[in-house]
Amino acid sequence: MTSDNQISGARFVNIGERTNVTGSAAFKKLIMAGDYAKAVDVARQQVENGAQVIDVNMDEGLLDAHLAMTTFLKLIAAEPDIARVPVMIDSSKWDVIEAGLKCVPGKPIVNSISMKEGEAQFLDHARKCMEYGAAVVVMAFDETGQADTRQRKIEICERAYKLLTGIGFPPEDIIFDPNVFAVATGIEEHDRYGLDFIEAVAEIKARCPHVHFSGGLSNLSFSFRGNETVRRAMHSVFLYHAIPAGLDMAIVNAGQLDVYDQIDPTLRDACEDVILMRAPPADSGFETATERLIALAEGFKGKDKAAEKAAEEWRGYPVAKRIEHALVRGLDAFIVEDTEEMRAATAAAGGRPIEVIEGPLMDGMNVVGDLFGSGKMFLPQVVKSARVMKKAVAHLIPYIEAEKDGNSKAKGRIIMATVKGDVHDIGKNIVGVVLQCNGYEVIDLGVMVPWSRILEAANENEADIIGLSGLITPSLDEMVTVAEEMQRAGMAIPLMIGGATTSKVHTALRIDPAYEGAVIHVLDASRAVGVASQLLSDTQAAGFKAGVANDYEKVREAREGKGQSALLTLAEARANRFPTDFALKAPAPVQPGLHVFDDWDLADLVETFDWTPFFRAWELAGAYPAILDDDVVGESATGLYADARAMLDRIIAEKWLTARGVCAFWPARAEGDDVLLKPPALYGQGNLPPLPLRGGAGGGGAPASAAATDTPHPNPSPEGEGPEIRIPFLRQQFKKSRGRASFCLSDFVDPAGDDWLGGFAVGIHGIEPHLERFKAAHDDYSDILLKALADRFAEAFAERLHQHVRTTLWGYAPGEQLTNAALIREEYRGIRPAPGYPACPDHSLKPILFDLLQAPDNAGIVLTESQAMLPTAAVSGFYFAHPDSQYFGVARIGQDQLEDYATRRGIDLPTATRWLRPNLD
Amino acid sequence: MTLTPSTARTAFLAEAAKRILVTDGAFGTEIQNWKLSEADYAGSLGLSHEQKGNNDILALTKPEVPEAIHRAYFEAGADIAETNTFSANRISQADYGAEHLVREINVESAKLARRLADEYAARDGRPRFVAGAIGPTNKTLSLSPDVNDPGYREIDWDTLVDVYKEQAAALVEGGADFILIETVFDTLNAKAGVMAVRQLEHELGREVPIMLSMTLTDLSGRNLSGHTVEAFWYAVRHARPLTIGLNCSFGATQLRPHVKTLAEIADTLIMIYPNAGLPNELGAYDEMPDTTAGFVGEWAVAGQVNALGGCCGSTPAHIAAIANKVAGLAPRPIPALEPVTRLAGLEPFTMAG
Repeated sequence: MTSDNQISGARFVNIGERTNVTGSAAFKKLIMAGDYAKAVDVARQQVENGAQVIDVNMDEGLLDAHLAMTTFLKLIAAEPDIARVPVMIDSSKWDVIEAGLKCVPGKPIVNSISMKEGEAQFLDHARKCMEYGAAVVVMAFDETGQADTRQRKIEICERAYKLLTGIGFPPEDIIFDPNVFAVATGIEEHDRYGLDFIEAVAEIKARCPHVHFSGGLSNLSFSFRGNETVRRAMHSVFLYHAIPAGLDMAIVNAGQLDVYDQIDPTLRDACEDVILMRAPPADSGFETATERLIALAEGFKGKDKAAEKAAEEWRGYPVAKRIEHALVRGLDAFIVEDTEEMRAATAAAGGRPIEVIEGPLMDGMNVVGDLFGSGKMFLPQVVKSARVMKKAVAHLIPYIEAEKDGNSKAKGRIIMATVKGDVHDIGKNIVGVVLQCNGYEVIDLGVMVPWSRILEAANENEADIIGLSGLITPSLDEMVTVAEEMQRAGMAIPLMIGGATTSKVHTALRIDPAYEGAVIHVLDASRAVGVASQLLSDTQAAGFKAGVANDYEKVREAREGKGQSALLTLAEARANRFPTDFALKAPAPVQPGLHVFDDWDLADLVETFDWTPFFRAWELAGAYPAILDDDVVGESATGLYADARAMLDRIIAEKWLTARGVCAFWPARAEGDDVLLKPPALYGQGNLPPLPLRGGAGGGGAPASAAATDTPHPNPSPEGEGPEIRIPFLRQQFKKSRGRASFCLSDFVDPAGDDWLGGFAVGIHGIEPHLERFKAAHDDYSDILLKALADRFAEAFAERLHQHVRTTLWGYAPGEQLTNAALIREEYRGIRPAPGYPACPDHSLKPILFDLLQAPDNAGIVLTESQAMLPTAAVSGFYFAHPDSQYFGVARIGQDQLEDYATRRGIDLPTATRWLRPNLD
Repeated sequence: MTLTPSTARTAFLAEAAKRILVTDGAFGTEIQNWKLSEADYAGSLGLSHEQKGNNDILALTKPEVPEAIHRAYFEAGADIAETNTFSANRISQADYGAEHLVREINVESAKLARRLADEYAARDGRPRFVAGAIGPTNKTLSLSPDVNDPGYREIDWDTLVDVYKEQAAALVEGGADFILIETVFDTLNAKAGVMAVRQLEHELGREVPIMLSMTLTDLSGRNLSGHTVEAFWYAVRHARPLTIGLNCSFGATQLRPHVKTLAEIADTLIMIYPNAGLPNELGAYDEMPDTTAGFVGEWAVAGQVNALGGCCGSTPAHIAAIANKVAGLAPRPIPALEPVTRLAGLEPFTMAG
C-alpha cells in the first residue's frame, strides 16, 4: 500500500462492477423492480469494499436504459460516501452515455467507444467526451470486428491512439480494453487469447505513451462456468501476469479473487500453462495444457464441497494460525470467536489483551502487507483484511479499557487523525489502541480529516497532543499544512507524526520548522506511549522536547547545502549501476573501421522522415498523419504539408542539398564511468580493416540507393600503439525508486574489453545559396520551410544511417525489418545518444567525437566555440549496440561527481562547472 | 472547423508572464452606496415587477452607475473589468420579469466595460481586459431541492446550457474578451457553462477563452456540490481555462490553504478574488484595504497567484491597496503536470502513468 513512486496515484484500480445489470443478477432485479434505494446500497457497499471507481451499466433490453442511468446517477450523486469516487458510465449505446455525462459532476470514465462504426463516429464521440470532460475506455474494435490476435489488438489500439491524440485527446485519458476472450475452449485458435492479451498490452503500452488498460476478466474462464474454484484461480493467475505487463484496471468482483500464493499449486500451474500457452509437464500425461486443466477442473467441481473441506481444514489450525488465515483471506465469520480464544489463552498465561494485537493480529497484517507489496494480493482484498483486523480490535477494546484503573484520570487527551487526502488508518488505529490501553483518552477523527477539523477538535476538547497519520506521499505535505495552521492559530501543544511514509528526516526538515511547538516523529506504535508520557510529564517534558528539537536541528544542519532533494553519493550511484548482461553484447562489427558517405540519396531519406516534429516546428500541435485531418489545425497543416512536398520535389530534382556523413566503430572497454577506445593505430595489425588517412578525400561516387555503398579508404596509417582515448560519461545520482538502476552510458560497454563503440556525424550541406535567394525575395516562408526540411533530412539521415549500421556495417541485426513508424518509435536494438542530450549532457565531448571521426574532413561538419555544429542541420552521437542499452536523463549530479568528472575529463573545475551547469544545483 | 484563436488570450498570457494582474472588486456593495430608488432601477422600461435590487439592469436604466464603478476600479489599478452581469441570465431575470432583456443587458454591460477598458488602455498603453461575468444562477444541476426526493432536479443540463449560451453570446457580442464562469457552487453547473461556451465557439467560428472561479461553502475546502478544490479542478480541466481560481464566500484568511493547494496542481493561471474578510454581526464587511492586501500579498510573495482582486465588500480602495502590494512581485510560474490520469468524484482520484 505504499506509494513511494514519484508520481502518486493508484497503480491498479479496482472498478466496482456490482452496479451493472449485465453482470449482477441481483442488481438487475432491484433496478427492474424500481427499488433504487436498495440499488444505491449496492453502490455504497462497493465503495466500502474498496472499489475506487463505480461502473454503472443499465443495458438491459426490458429497461429504459436512458432513464435508469440518469435516475441512478442522480441518486448516487446525493450520497457523499458513494459520490466521492469517480463514476464509469458504461453502455453500448452512445445516447445513454451522453445522458449520463449530463448528470455526473466530477470527471468520469466513459465505457466505451470504438471504431466499430468507423472513424468519423469514433472521433465524434471522442470530441464529445473532451467537451464533457471524461476519460474514455476504447474497445479494440474496428470496422471489421473485434480484435482477437495480438497483432490486431496492437494495430487497432495504435490506430485509435493516433486518431485520438491527433484531435488533441489527452493520451493519459485513454484506457484501452484489448478484449479478454475465453481460453481453454478446446478450439486451438483460442489457445493464444490469454497470452495475446498480455503481450498486446505490453506492446501497446510501449507504443502509446501514457495510456491505461482495462479488461473484463469473466470472459477468460467462460468455458469453466459453474466451476468457481477454477475460474477464480484463472482470474488471479491472469492478473498476476497481466498487471506487470501494464493492465491498470479490471472490471472484476473483488470478492472473487484468490491470493496467488494460496491457489492450489497444481491448479495454479495448470492455469498458468493455459494462459501463457505453455506445454504441460512431460510427466503429466496430457498433450495440451487445456486438456490437463479440464481434467484437473473435474476435481474442483462441486466447489461447495471443496470449499467446505477447505473451511473445515483451516478451522482445525491452531488459533494464532487461524487468525492469520482469516486476515489474509479477509474472512470475518470467526474472527471474534478466534480473537476471544486468543485473548483468554493469553490471559490464562498471565498476558494482557494488548498482546493479542501486538502478537498474532500484527503478524497476520504483516503477511498481508508482504503479499500486497509483491503483487500477489490486490487492494480490495487488503481492505477486507483491514476490516477483519478492526473487528478483532473492537472485540479487544473493552478488555483493554477494563484493565485500566477505573478511578484514574486519563493521563492526557490526544486527537488522532489521518490527514486529508489519505484513507489509511490501520496504523493510526493501532496507535490509538495502544495509547488508550495505557491510560490516554484518544479522540479519533477518522480518515481524510482536513486541518480545520483537526484544529477545531483540538480546541473544543482542550487536547494535550495532536497525532497525525498518513501512509501515502502527498500526506507529508498535508502534515506540513496542519503544522503551519497550528502555528498560525497560535497553538502550542505537541504534534506527533507517524505513518509509513513519514520519517525523522522529513519531520525535521519540513514539519518541525513550520510549527514552534514540539513536533515529534514516532517511528512505530510501540514508541507512541513513551513519547506521549514524556511529552505530558511535568518533570520530563521540557528536557525531552529540547532533546528532540536539538536532534532535528542536527538533521537540518547535516542536510544544509545538500540542495532540495538528496542525491546518492557517486559511490552509491556507481554501486547501483545497471547490471548489463555482457553475454548478450553485440558481436564485433562486420565492417569495422570508418565509413564515409559523401552524398546519400535524398529521396531515400524522405522515406524515413518523421513529420510530427516538422509540424511542431511550425507550432502545429498533433501527430502526423492525423494532424492533416485535425479539427483545429488540419487545414493549415494540410496546406503546409503540400508546400513542403512541393519543395521536397524541387530539392531532390534540382539537387539543392547534399547529405554527408561519417561513422566509425572502435574497440572499446568500460573503466568505471569511462569508455576507453583503442586508437586507430592499434587495429591495423590484426584482421581488422584499415582506417582512412586523416583528411582522406571524400572520394568515390554518390551512393544512391537505400543500401548506400560507402567509400573504401586505403590506410597508410602508422604501425604501433596509440594511447587509448577516454570518453568520460556521467551517471545518474538522483534517488531512484525501488529497483531502478543509476544509469551511465558506460554501463552498456563491457569492462572486460572485447566490446565496441560507434560514433557518427551527419550534416546537410548546400542550403546557403537557397536561403540567400529566399532572403532576397523576402520569402520568409520558404526560408523557414527549407530550414525545417533540412532539419528533417538531418534527422532522417541519422535514422537511416543507424539502420544501415545495425543491418550491414556493424551488422548485429541483419534481419531487422521495420516500418518507418516503427523506426520513429525506436523499436530497434541499440541507441545513439548525442553529446548535449539528457543521457550525455556534456556538449564538450563533441570535439573528441569529431576528432575520432575526423568529421570536419569526412563530413564537412565543424564545431563552434560553444560546440554547436555547422551546418546547422546536423546530428552526431555515439552508437551503443548492447540490447539493454537505453535512453535516460542524467539529471542533477552532485559536487562529488562534478569534481571526479573534471579529473577524468582532464579539465579544471570552473570549466567543468560551466559545461555541466544545467545538471548542477 | 478551425476556430480563430483569441488574440486577447495571447495578450493576457503575455501580460501575466510579466506581473501579477489585478482584477476589480465588488459591484453590489458599491451600488448600495448610490442609494438608488425603485425609479432609478426601473427607468422607463415599463416592467411589471419591482426592479430594486436588480443591479444588472442598471446597464439599461442608469448606466452612469456601473460606468462610475468601472472607472473607480480602473483608476485603482485594475487590469481586468468584470461585467456587471452576475445575474443577467434568463433564470435570475425571471424573478424581475426581465428575462426578455437578457441579451440587451449583457450586450450593453459588455459594451460599457469594453469602452472603458479601451479608454484606459489608450491612456497608458497597458492592456485592459473585459471578463464577461456569468453567475451560477439559483438552480443547481447536481442537488435536489427536495429532501424527500434526492433524485429530483429543478433544471436539466440542456436547459442550463441554453441559458448560459444566451448570456455568453450576448457578452461576446458586446465585446467581452473572456467568459468568466464565477462563484461556482455546483461543479456540474460549471461544466454546463463550459459546454455552452464550446457550443458558442463553434457557432462563432472563434475561440472564446474561459475563466473559472469556484466558491467554497465550507472551511474544509468544498463547494456546495461537495467537490474539493482538487476534484473541482480535475472536473473542469478539460475547459483549458485561461484562469482557475476561487472567489467569494470567505475572506483571504480562510481561502489561504486552498489557494496553496490549487497553485500546486493547476497548470494554468490562478486568479483569486476573496471577500473583504467575513461579514460582521450586521452583515457588513469591515476588513480594511491594507489588511486584505496584506493577506493576498502573502500568496503573491509565495508565488501562488497570477491575478488578484476582490469580491463582496471590497472597494476601489481595496483594489488600489492590492495593486500597490503586488506591484513588482513575480507572478506564479505555471507548473507542468505529469501526464497521469486525473479523475474526480467529490474527491480527486489519480491513476499513475
